[in-house]
Amino acid sequence: MKMVKAKTCERLGFWAARVAILISLSITGYMLFYIISKGASIISWDFLTKPPTSGMTAGGIFPAIVGTLLLVTLAIVISLPLGLASAIYLVEYSSKESRFVRLVELAVYSLNGVPSIVFGLFGMAFFVKFLGFGTSLLSASLTLSLMILPTIVATSVEALKSVPDHFREASLALGATKGQTIVRVVLPAAFPGIITGAMLGVGRAAGETAPILFTGAVFYMRGLPTSIFDPVMALPFHLFVLATEHPNISKVEPIQYGTALVLLILVLLISLIAAVIRYRYRRKRKW
Amino acid sequence: MVKSKIKLQTKKLNVWYGNMHVVKDFTLKIPEKKITAVIGPSGCGKSTFLRSLNRMVELVPGARVSGEILLDGENIYDKDVDETEIRLRIGMVFQKPNPFPKSMYENVAYGLKVRGITEEKKLRLLVEESLKKVGLWEEVRDRLNRSALELSGGQQQRLCIARALAVKPEVILMDEPCSSLDPIATAKIEDLLFELKKDYTIVIVTHNLQQAARVSDYTAFMYAGKLIEHGRTEEIFERPKDKITQDYITGRFG
Amino acid sequence: MKEKIRLKLSGKILTFPPASVSILAVFFIFIFVFSQGLPLFSKISPFNFFFNSTWRPTATPPSFGIVPLFLGSLLVTSLALLISVPLGLLGAIYIAEIANPKIKEQIKLTVEVLSGIPSVVYGFFGLRVLVPLVQKTFGLPTGETALTGGIVLSIMILPTILSLSEEAISSVPVEYKEASLAIGATKWRTIRSVTIPAAASGITAAIILGLGRAFGETIAVMMVTGGAPIIPTSIFSPVRTMTQTIAAEMGEAVFGSTHYNALFALGIVLFTVNLILNLLAIRLIKKKKW
Repeated sequence: MKMVKAKTCERLGFWAARVAILISLSITGYMLFYIISKGASIISWDFLTKPPTSGMTAGGIFPAIVGTLLLVTLAIVISLPLGLASAIYLVEYSSKESRFVRLVELAVYSLNGVPSIVFGLFGMAFFVKFLGFGTSLLSASLTLSLMILPTIVATSVEALKSVPDHFREASLALGATKGQTIVRVVLPAAFPGIITGAMLGVGRAAGETAPILFTGAVFYMRGLPTSIFDPVMALPFHLFVLATEHPNISKVEPIQYGTALVLLILVLLISLIAAVIRYRYRRKRKW
Repeated sequence: MVKSKIKLQTKKLNVWYGNMHVVKDFTLKIPEKKITAVIGPSGCGKSTFLRSLNRMVELVPGARVSGEILLDGENIYDKDVDETEIRLRIGMVFQKPNPFPKSMYENVAYGLKVRGITEEKKLRLLVEESLKKVGLWEEVRDRLNRSALELSGGQQQRLCIARALAVKPEVILMDEPCSSLDPIATAKIEDLLFELKKDYTIVIVTHNLQQAARVSDYTAFMYAGKLIEHGRTEEIFERPKDKITQDYITGRFG
Repeated sequence: MKEKIRLKLSGKILTFPPASVSILAVFFIFIFVFSQGLPLFSKISPFNFFFNSTWRPTATPPSFGIVPLFLGSLLVTSLALLISVPLGLLGAIYIAEIANPKIKEQIKLTVEVLSGIPSVVYGFFGLRVLVPLVQKTFGLPTGETALTGGIVLSIMILPTILSLSEEAISSVPVEYKEASLAIGATKWRTIRSVTIPAAASGITAAIILGLGRAFGETIAVMMVTGGAPIIPTSIFSPVRTMTQTIAAEMGEAVFGSTHYNALFALGIVLFTVNLILNLLAIRLIKKKKW
């Protein structure tokens, strides 16, 4: 008799769990569907390759796309070597319990999750004003690179740690130096994990608005940036301004959806590639 | 040959894991309040057989069972039978001690709470009773609220037995209960078994032939999924009828 | 031979500076933010900052009370957790314990991909769909409320809570589940009484990390909560969070002014709260005993 109660409890519980996952996936699913359906119609070759016109109420978002790509590229160019080198030092060259390692771990963990607006604040005060780089591609990229640094370090460390020691031992036993071992054996083995981490960083950098708010993003500029000291247009910022501050709301509506969709596709693509790499990597691994 | 009442009985039991036929046409009678040992070389399907007795085998994805298992004459694999009910009547002790990451008290009380007993006084009484039965009471009475993981391997296993006993099952299944324990802990548990069989029907899977010879009343020899021979333990060990049985018992293989 | 020796030395030398730079960068950010924010307390008293309920930086005289902003952040974050924790936990149970392996893989992949959606997209969706929805459903003058902010944030942090809780639940050793089932407990009872308690520290860490994300979010909240720096009176009031305030006023604060310092002081508070949450979460993850 008590078993009936337990079974009923179980049925209720399982249903609650099913409903929960359904709600969770549907809401986000609806959001994506909404943006795709409303934005698809405006996406065209022109939209993607032409600059905006008539005070932002017509034309395309080409400069914003270019701007985002520039920001992301610069950010990863700065943070990947820096982060990867740090990870290599942490995993391969330092003794596991040294104070330095703990310090770096502490530093990386503290930075991780710092609100993006605080990065923006820092970037503005330090790069833009103090160092005098001004509102520029450079300031914004530097800010972004700082923001994604912890991600790069953490994922690279994990990737390096997951390479089994016996690979290193075999290499050293054959007479290779530590440096050669790292370059020829460890890094190639850790490569997919490192790339996944880099992609995660790229995805974040592409989608963040707060760090570039006052460090480099502008709503409109003529032509494309010609030097790293020029400001840039960027997709997330563009969407933000279009949605919240543009006076002629109804006219720009389609452009809003279009921008949102392009940004979404860009970020989801990066996410998907990262996930696929990680998936393939796990299957292919022979160790 | 078998004079005592039959508690548990399998009739043409077959178990498949996907396409692998692990238990083949197994027909065995398990007498009440006696210890039946199931012996055989590793990989012969002993554990799978044991787990089919309390319907734990169906938790493995791809597992399929055919045939009947009768508890007091009734088929436990019947459509209307609730497998959780069966597991209250047929308890199990595992190869590696697996106490919950809870206090010792909570471990033993767990089954009782699942049964619906919530009154504090009653719970405490039943927990004490179970722990006394396994000879742990004096050792742990002052630290019942400490984590069960603090106990040694042998103590943990006895705690797991107490946990299984608390819900007063009729049958206890043991899957190589001493294989991860040292000889002293093993001896304690074997002594315990002699006590327990007064009240419970016990089926014990073991790869330790000496243990089977010491402890059990009846022995079933299993090889490649089939029941080769079954009978009183002395008969099996001293006068095995089948050549394979003889080879196994004399250590020719396995 | 010579080449080998060179490589041996330079490997360490090559990688030590970047590692140091990483630490230096972090500490530098930390120090810098503090250095720009602490001067505030020489201009107004800390008591004033932390307990004043008026935030009017441009009034005469200006007032820099953090209370309405902190409460705003707190309210929106609490609402977000209220929605996303039950959904996330139950959903995680589904993924880890109930779904069959094929569906499980697909859902996990989906959740992973979804966790990369930019906050401005969530904010945009909130602005376009949730704001009018809230307005209509509750008959309010405006849909830009704390509630709307909470809903948007909850959608945002749901993937985090889902995936981290699922990991915690999946890593509970199967022996515990077996023991519970063998005693005659149903699967749900096992989940409730054995698996979830065993996964408690991992789940709590997941919630804390979700909390941290929600607390530190700027853009998504900014787009849907109205933004008046007043103490919220109900979930239907417009609110302004600390993060929002920095974003909204960063452009107009004069370099070196009290307002400027105050914004950095907000940054310090955010930094500190986040640090504490992070350390808590790490402690919990490392605590697992088995």
